[in-house]
Amino acid sequence: MSTPASSRVATSPGSAGAGLLRVLPWLLLGLLLLVPATLSPFYVTLLNYIGLYAMVALGLVLLTGVGGLTSFGQGAFVGLGAYTTAVLSTSETLPGWMAWAGGSPWLALVIGLVLTAVIAVVLGSLTLKLSGHYLPLGTIAWGISLYFLFGTMEVLGGHTGLTGIPPISLFGWELNEGGEIFYLIWAFLLVAILTTSNLLDSREGRAIRALKGGRVMAESMGVDTSRSRMIIFVIAALHAAASGWLYAHMQRFVNPTPFGLHIGIEFLFMAVVGGAGHVWGAVIGAAVITILKQWLQDLLPALFGASGNFEVIVFGVMMVIILQRAPNGLWPILTHWWPDANAKRKVDAGAAPLPRREMPKAGEVLLSAIDVTRKFGGLVANNKMNLSVAAGEILALIGPNGAGKSTMFNQVSGVDTPTSGEVLFRGQDVAGKTSREVARMGMSRTFQHVRLLADMSVLENVAIGTHMRGSKSVLPAAWRLDRAEEARLLAEAARQIERVGLAEHMFDAAGSLALGQQRILEIARALCSDPCLLLLDEPAAGLRYREKQILGDLLKKLRGEGMAILLVEHDMDFVMGLVDRVVVMEFGEKIAEGLPEEVQKNPAVLEAYLGGVA
Amino acid sequence: MLLGQDGVTNGAIYALLALALVLVFAVTRVIFIPQGEFVAYGALTLAMIEAGRLPGTVWLLLAAGVLVVALDGLDALRRGGVGRLMKVVGWNIVYPLALVALMRFVPTDTWPLAAKVALTMAVVVPLGPMIYRVAYQPVAEASVLILLIVSVAVHVAMVGLALLFFGAEGSRTSAFSDASFTVGPMMVSGQSLWVIGTSLALIVALALFFGRTIYGKALRATAINRAGARLMGISPALAGRLTFMLAALIGALSGVLIAPIATIYYDTGFLIGLKGFVAAIIGGLASYPIAALGAILVGVLEAFSSFWASAYKEVIVFTLIIPVLVWRSLTSHHVEEDE
Repeated sequence: MSTPASSRVATSPGSAGAGLLRVLPWLLLGLLLLVPATLSPFYVTLLNYIGLYAMVALGLVLLTGVGGLTSFGQGAFVGLGAYTTAVLSTSETLPGWMAWAGGSPWLALVIGLVLTAVIAVVLGSLTLKLSGHYLPLGTIAWGISLYFLFGTMEVLGGHTGLTGIPPISLFGWELNEGGEIFYLIWAFLLVAILTTSNLLDSREGRAIRALKGGRVMAESMGVDTSRSRMIIFVIAALHAAASGWLYAHMQRFVNPTPFGLHIGIEFLFMAVVGGAGHVWGAVIGAAVITILKQWLQDLLPALFGASGNFEVIVFGVMMVIILQRAPNGLWPILTHWWPDANAKRKVDAGAAPLPRREMPKAGEVLLSAIDVTRKFGGLVANNKMNLSVAAGEILALIGPNGAGKSTMFNQVSGVDTPTSGEVLFRGQDVAGKTSREVARMGMSRTFQHVRLLADMSVLENVAIGTHMRGSKSVLPAAWRLDRAEEARLLAEAARQIERVGLAEHMFDAAGSLALGQQRILEIARALCSDPCLLLLDEPAAGLRYREKQILGDLLKKLRGEGMAILLVEHDMDFVMGLVDRVVVMEFGEKIAEGLPEEVQKNPAVLEAYLGGVA
Repeated sequence: MLLGQDGVTNGAIYALLALALVLVFAVTRVIFIPQGEFVAYGALTLAMIEAGRLPGTVWLLLAAGVLVVALDGLDALRRGGVGRLMKVVGWNIVYPLALVALMRFVPTDTWPLAAKVALTMAVVVPLGPMIYRVAYQPVAEASVLILLIVSVAVHVAMVGLALLFFGAEGSRTSAFSDASFTVGPMMVSGQSLWVIGTSLALIVALALFFGRTIYGKALRATAINRAGARLMGISPALAGRLTFMLAALIGALSGVLIAPIATIYYDTGFLIGLKGFVAAIIGGLASYPIAALGAILVGVLEAFSSFWASAYKEVIVFTLIIPVLVWRSLTSHHVEEDE
């Protein structure tokens, strides 16, 4: 799962082989409708379980496969949904203040979802700010606690559970039989799959897909990654709770057993087996595990001559093998021969351009660092550094290795906070601000070590840069009410890609580009956020001569439009022909500043670079 | 006072497990969920030996050994010739076979307790490095998340196997010491002293191992900087196996220590291991002393809550990590890229 290969599910089918892809879902849907009429109750029940489990696994696909987080406590969320509706619909004697909530399963669904969301938010706010492994550990503890709570609380019927849960009725149709609730379960699942794929193919979706391996980058593009993590955790919990609600009304009774930690672990196995980066992987995984379990539960006890849940041995061993041999799960293997669904998608060039920020007047000083000092213990990495950049100007920060350029770059971009001194951007102090806030102020950056999402297309990577300029959130994205804004965002991304000269690679995977092109991609992404100051960290490193020329021309053009550019660079030739002013650093201090040709003759600079005046 | 004593005794066990968990995480980035299974394997293997039956764990050892030879045999032959291959085969196949033969043909149930414990260790401890070789080493460079899922898979498989080997009934083993002492107003049982004493001795031994020996230093180096340690010629595979051997040793020894005071079932290990986790999380999965103190806290809290609100014992213990997480969450500000 090192590759978040969600792109395949997240884009609409292209032209090649689209016929098959377009017909297949309807064909399957038709078959699904026929199931209760044609199959025996045993298989209908099996499919009901697969549907219920797939819903939970779908949440984990979003959380684990796409977002790089995981939870072992999904079983507890299922239990929360199930117990909420069980208590509300069976208890004759709800206390007065809750009487309004009793009687209707649909109302209980809403209450269960709200309750789940609240608990998920609390649990998430405890663990999501910490590194990734605290969430699963927290969910293990939560899963166990809730399981014991279900088993010990009187109101919840203790270990015997609650019986007599009424069936759900839909417009007066009581869903008593397995063959009836079948339709509701699969309708829920299909809606969940549809909305999840829609979500992934949107502004929020790109932010979510950046969580795995691109958090630092996403933050610098203005994405609140903690919020994105929270969103997927809550969505996963809600899927689980809805599944629990259906389960309670299908079984018509609940007890704690099906909501324990071991079930939470099985849900995760389903997501991983199916393919944790793919929405349909959830269905495949749920089907494989459910059917396998059914079969092993008959086979193994007979084989070993003892009763017990021996299927877990097989599951455990199977998981280890899958993670070692096919970490992306079964879905990519199954769809290997399918026409590439990640083909070109339409970019509506006619979409209205996004509003732009008011650019500062040429010559206005945008960024000024005043007496910036940064100490790491006894080491003084920057000592009383001063520099300023004005609109319509390119300033280069150069110096030999270890001179403190990168540290200075971090102080200026808000990644690090100076020990003393201050950094002002358009009159506001940068110190103490998150990279997100700095991005909002109009400063956009690239990275010395390219940070992009290798499996996503160039277009999608660049579109992450537009994040701050859109506003449509999760619900509009899930129901496709964001298309007008989305078209404008993508059009902007496409414009910037054309501007930097990567148009022919628009739909290629970003990871397939050469390093030089990846650097250019980062510039396009930075431009998408409509900055007035660009911070470029060694943009010419790894570029060929021709690419450098193109880059130089682009930067000159941007300067002409009033952009301020600060670049940290090694490449003297590149710098000299391009920039307006140069600041030279050595040993953390500024040793020279001025026009490129002046600096080139400066004895101190020659000393630093060549070890003495020749 | 009795509760406190119970708490400290259990806490000593949790402390050992927490140390193992922190160690494994630091060296290999593996969140070692199956730690608790080694506790159960240790306790129940000893119980089987006492009952004069052949413990199933020895067959698992043989099976795991065969797998290791299958994975490593060819490589060993190519690199080190027949001699090296024989060494691999010797440790992974001949050794388990020798143990099977020993337990089958020698009446080990009449051995003194210390010998039985040693035999238990001989069976359970090598499982640690073998499991590392088979399950973790092929994905050693994967993300923490993948390693965690592997851990859960290994845990699940080991619990299933424990059910197969030991059955669903719980077991207790005979105490190391039936003595009890009166210290002031307190009754101190000999077994509690054994537990606490052994834990302390083991902690001191580990401190010496990490401070004084070359292997200990190698592990510390790996924990601090994997790439750097590798460049210094410390093989990550060796470090992984060594760490897992220590973890298995600590787990099995803990199992042997508590088997006389608590009935151990095939799946008991998980909860015990998780309490070690709560302690390790208190130490941020990084600090040994804080993890050990956390373990004592967990033990005492558990003892008191089982007295005052026994039905909610587990709920209370696992809710303990919430304030810890809140505190950690409030003190961390940076957005980090997860490994």
